[in-house]
Amino acid sequence: MTEEMQTLNEFTNQEYKYGFVSDIESDSLPKGLNEDVIRTISAKKGEPDWLLEWRLGAYHHWLQMTEPRWANVKFAPIDYQQIVYYAAPKKSAPKSIEEIDPAILAMYNKLGIPLQEQEVLAGVAVDAVLDSVSVATTFKDKLSELGVIFCSFSEAVREHPNLVRQYLGSVVPAGDNFFAALNSAVFSDGSFAYIPKGVRCPMELSTYFRINAQFTGQFERTLIIADEGSYVSYLEGCTAPMRDENQLHAAVVELVALDHASIKYSTVQNWYPGDKEGKGGIYNFVTKRGLCKGAHAKISWTQVETGSAITWKYPGCVLQGDHSVGEFYSVALTNNYQQADTGTKMIHIGKNSSSTIVSKGISAGFGQNSYRGQVKILKSARNARNFSQCDSLLIGDKCGAHTFPYLEVKNSTAQVEHEATTSKIGEDQIFYLNQRGISTEDAVSMIVNGFCKEVFAELPMEFAVEAQKLLGVSLEGSVG
Amino acid sequence: MLSIKNLHASVDGHEILNGIDLDVKPGEVHAIMGPNGSGKSTLAGVLAGRAEYSVTEGRIDFLGKNLLEMAPEMRAREGLFLAFQYPVEIPGVNSSYFLRTALNEIRAHRGLDKVSALEFLKIIREKLELVEMDEKFLKRSVNEGFSGGEKKRNEILQMATLEPKLAVLDETDSGLDIDALRIVAGGVNALRSQENAFIVVTHYQRLLNYIVPDFVHVLYQGKIVKSGDKDLALHLEDFGYDWIKEQNGGQA
Repeated sequence: MTEEMQTLNEFTNQEYKYGFVSDIESDSLPKGLNEDVIRTISAKKGEPDWLLEWRLGAYHHWLQMTEPRWANVKFAPIDYQQIVYYAAPKKSAPKSIEEIDPAILAMYNKLGIPLQEQEVLAGVAVDAVLDSVSVATTFKDKLSELGVIFCSFSEAVREHPNLVRQYLGSVVPAGDNFFAALNSAVFSDGSFAYIPKGVRCPMELSTYFRINAQFTGQFERTLIIADEGSYVSYLEGCTAPMRDENQLHAAVVELVALDHASIKYSTVQNWYPGDKEGKGGIYNFVTKRGLCKGAHAKISWTQVETGSAITWKYPGCVLQGDHSVGEFYSVALTNNYQQADTGTKMIHIGKNSSSTIVSKGISAGFGQNSYRGQVKILKSARNARNFSQCDSLLIGDKCGAHTFPYLEVKNSTAQVEHEATTSKIGEDQIFYLNQRGISTEDAVSMIVNGFCKEVFAELPMEFAVEAQKLLGVSLEGSVG
Repeated sequence: MLSIKNLHASVDGHEILNGIDLDVKPGEVHAIMGPNGSGKSTLAGVLAGRAEYSVTEGRIDFLGKNLLEMAPEMRAREGLFLAFQYPVEIPGVNSSYFLRTALNEIRAHRGLDKVSALEFLKIIREKLELVEMDEKFLKRSVNEGFSGGEKKRNEILQMATLEPKLAVLDETDSGLDIDALRIVAGGVNALRSQENAFIVVTHYQRLLNYIVPDFVHVLYQGKIVKSGDKDLALHLEDFGYDWIKEQNGGQA
């Protein structure tokens, strides 16, 4: 092993920085799942009957399903009766930021996301989800002037039941897959956004998720609706405290874009990846899908996945509208014993629909990284186009990269392109940077960030900076 | 400035350098010449600290410090620069960002403040002129899609910006047309001073028409077998390396 490889190994072993547990009292249900648990969750939230019925329908569907195992990841069986399906901070929901539990605020400060500062400086409206109940929503007034609704999912159920009822499950049906069905049965809270016709949302909407209470599974639900001719950019970012138990996260995100509407959804995911031996860490089994329902609708997913023990997700687009556009830009990093099986699905239905896929997988340590993507051109999709590019970067010689592209073309006028590359981070590249006075650590950061450049370019500015930092923390702690 | 004593180095167990002695003082330009496979590039690589070469014997002092104990980045920060024979491409890494990072590392080591993006632009504009490169170059990724000549000019640009005390040019002339050669040599000459020194590794004499050396050394089978002034290079131009090989028991 050369010196560079040794240094590489040393600094790919940096420990997770955000591992701490804050002591906020939780109001939790006992472990386990049955109809009563679902009824209790629904009752605690004061939900209407139709929603309870929807949950129960999903639950019965779920009981008939088996946990899928087709992904290129390995994990011990999950005991769904050992999971707590509801936990909420005890104090009642605050009306203003001053009412928020100081312990929660202190925790956000530790993570470097002071709400007040963000309010003033960044112009970002933050719907902070701590465990299962939203604790703060800012900038609401400013948004409501334009008719933009941005609130917790529970609030949307109370205040805007018709919108929720119309669109909930319209993109990801309750029985879509095992984890989506589970989520539909027990989802605790999440975010809701509605952008009215012709409105360009003046600020980026942002949600910070954070898993906190011990043994708590997280079942967030997000629904974003962009009405005709509107635009919204939505940011989702996550960190989680260190713990030993594996935690299941099975979120569902549904996006609906009507005629000429555009949704940009960006994720930076940095949940606890487990320790160096592969013990602990989050299981991130998420269903994310967008529906370009109208003509000229556009949905763009950008994700930077650096955390979690296992990442298993395929943010996709159903391109129903003619001339609709789907995009997927992804950076997935696996280090130590992390596993990722991620990619996208682009389902072309409308004429002249087009999709772009750019995936960058980085594997270090014993990490296993798979790209899995499906491009499906249906008969109706005349002149559909797809371009896919999947690049893998290997750091060290014990990790792996895999690519599984599925192409299904049923219309001969379609144009589908797929490009894939795999490269190893070059010792000669590192040496070149060393020879200019740059340390190996910084050199790797620089090379990795260069590799991800096309994806970072798609992120909103502040988020791109944060993403580079997270990449650095995950590899060592010094990407600048 | 640089003192090499009885240097032996090998790669994969094969000895390539076989007892090199060389002294370089500030203000001097030394040319290292020799036939293919004589160890010229190995010497340059050992000076810069390439991992695949292991030094089996001897020592190198650079500005009073033991060079062989320093990591490659420390050698660079101490003022040793290698202009690569084959500069590598680093996709996605902006040239300007890269070079400013390098400059700031070296400045920090010298106890100087970091330069801001704006200050850097001022510095780099002047240096770009020296190697006749366009400012657009700064926006490109490091060496990506560069022609051979552009890559070599980029090496000289980096050298001019980082202001090393000792610059080692490893076959910088290979693959250059006459115009590029003139530009590269012009860059080097503009940087020559009483404070810094150069080691110019080359196979051909023609570069030495432009960069006139104080000393010429001929490397053969891992040893310096002949040293002289610039006339030695001219002699090699006329007679080739065969007479060196014959004198040293090799196959002509």
